[in-house]
Amino acid sequence: MEKMPAAKKQKILMGRVVASLFFEPSTRTRLSFEAAIQNLGGRVIGFSDSSTTSAKKGETLSDSIRMVSRYADIIVMRHPLEGSARMAAEISQKPIINGGDGANQHPTQTLLDLYTIKKKFGKIDGLSIGMLGDLKYGRTVHSLAYALAKFEGVKLYLIAPEQLKMPKEIIEDVKKNLKIEETSNLEKFLPKMDVLYATRIQKERFPDSMEYEKVKNVYILKEEILKITKKNFQIMHPLPRVNEISDGLDKTSAALYFEQAANGIPVREALLSMLIGKKKKVEM
Amino acid sequence: MKKEIKVTPIKNGTVIDHLPAGTALRVLSFLKLKNNPITIAMNVGSKKQGKKDIIFIEDKFLGDKEFAKIALIGKGATMNIIKNHEVKSKGIIEIQDYAEAIIKCINPNCITNAEKMKTKFIIKDRPLKATCYYCQKTMDEREIVESIK
Ligand SMILES: [Zn+2]
Repeated sequence: MEKMPAAKKQKILMGRVVASLFFEPSTRTRLSFEAAIQNLGGRVIGFSDSSTTSAKKGETLSDSIRMVSRYADIIVMRHPLEGSARMAAEISQKPIINGGDGANQHPTQTLLDLYTIKKKFGKIDGLSIGMLGDLKYGRTVHSLAYALAKFEGVKLYLIAPEQLKMPKEIIEDVKKNLKIEETSNLEKFLPKMDVLYATRIQKERFPDSMEYEKVKNVYILKEEILKITKKNFQIMHPLPRVNEISDGLDKTSAALYFEQAANGIPVREALLSMLIGKKKKVEM
Repeated sequence: MKKEIKVTPIKNGTVIDHLPAGTALRVLSFLKLKNNPITIAMNVGSKKQGKKDIIFIEDKFLGDKEFAKIALIGKGATMNIIKNHEVKSKGIIEIQDYAEAIIKCINPNCITNAEKMKTKFIIKDRPLKATCYYCQKTMDEREIVESIK
């Protein structure tokens, strides 16, 4: 997709309408989808905030989907309730892309994460990947762990404060296919990692603000870490970051997070092209 | 040889036998019976289970949905259909691996609690667990028993 000439891309969704239904605001995901749609020559209809739509007037989600699926070719949706996209897919005649359903899934983020790793390393099999920060509530790391379990020989280092450890059920589900090490000591495993996926630790997750103060600075990544990491070590982050990654790292070769965010566009373009059925095989 | 007494206090109806001790009232609560005469025996001695509960329901023949609900509470319970004081058929209630519209999802943010729609759960046994097909929340045995509709 990234290598395809713009003029050729423009024909993929020409004359097509893609509905972008954001029942909950998410500027980043929405803009990335809408840019992808426009790059492919499609037209976008929809809304970015449900307070301006009939959903506010009490229309059910199923009615909204029934209606929109009559005049759009593909529906991209983000909704605060978990399972909403799956329900929509059962009702809709047209393909649904889940742009995030509450705390449940955000599959296009996971696809772009995988694509970013693959593009950088040429493979995903056999890599050592660390996950850092809020592994308890962080939806992106949960989905990524499940996705990595589909590959061969991936080693996963889970680094989190006691209160924010990866849920046991998830570890149970993926441990057959991943080698997992859990620790609260980042430095110990840093030299072994190819990728470190950092996440934001949110203050609201701590019932006791003292607990938050204790952990908030423990997991800040600074330039010094590069002294002990592998040569081709990479840092990823779903963004926005607060202070998990110091600015000093931005210009180093380890900063993969901006490229990761940019990869959201070709990945979403590929997905849209695949769903419109114009190409049999989609290359990103 | 000691002969087991076959208690059939009902003429026509259903006997749910071998329920785990203490579960009879919960089972009755979701069977939505109207005015059917009911007899309950709780904590009855049982060779197989130690103690068990039994429910006798007059003039009522249960459907698949009710079997599925009872199975979630009392796996291995038996269902006897009584006609004219005689046991016409007898079967063990088994857990199904899929439950439609019989449990409510405990996740308050689940779409099934906001829209008019059937819930769907994937059921796993030993230990009993139900995973919501929509929000993917997994419920344990205690949560399942509390959520039977
Ligand atoms: Zn649910």
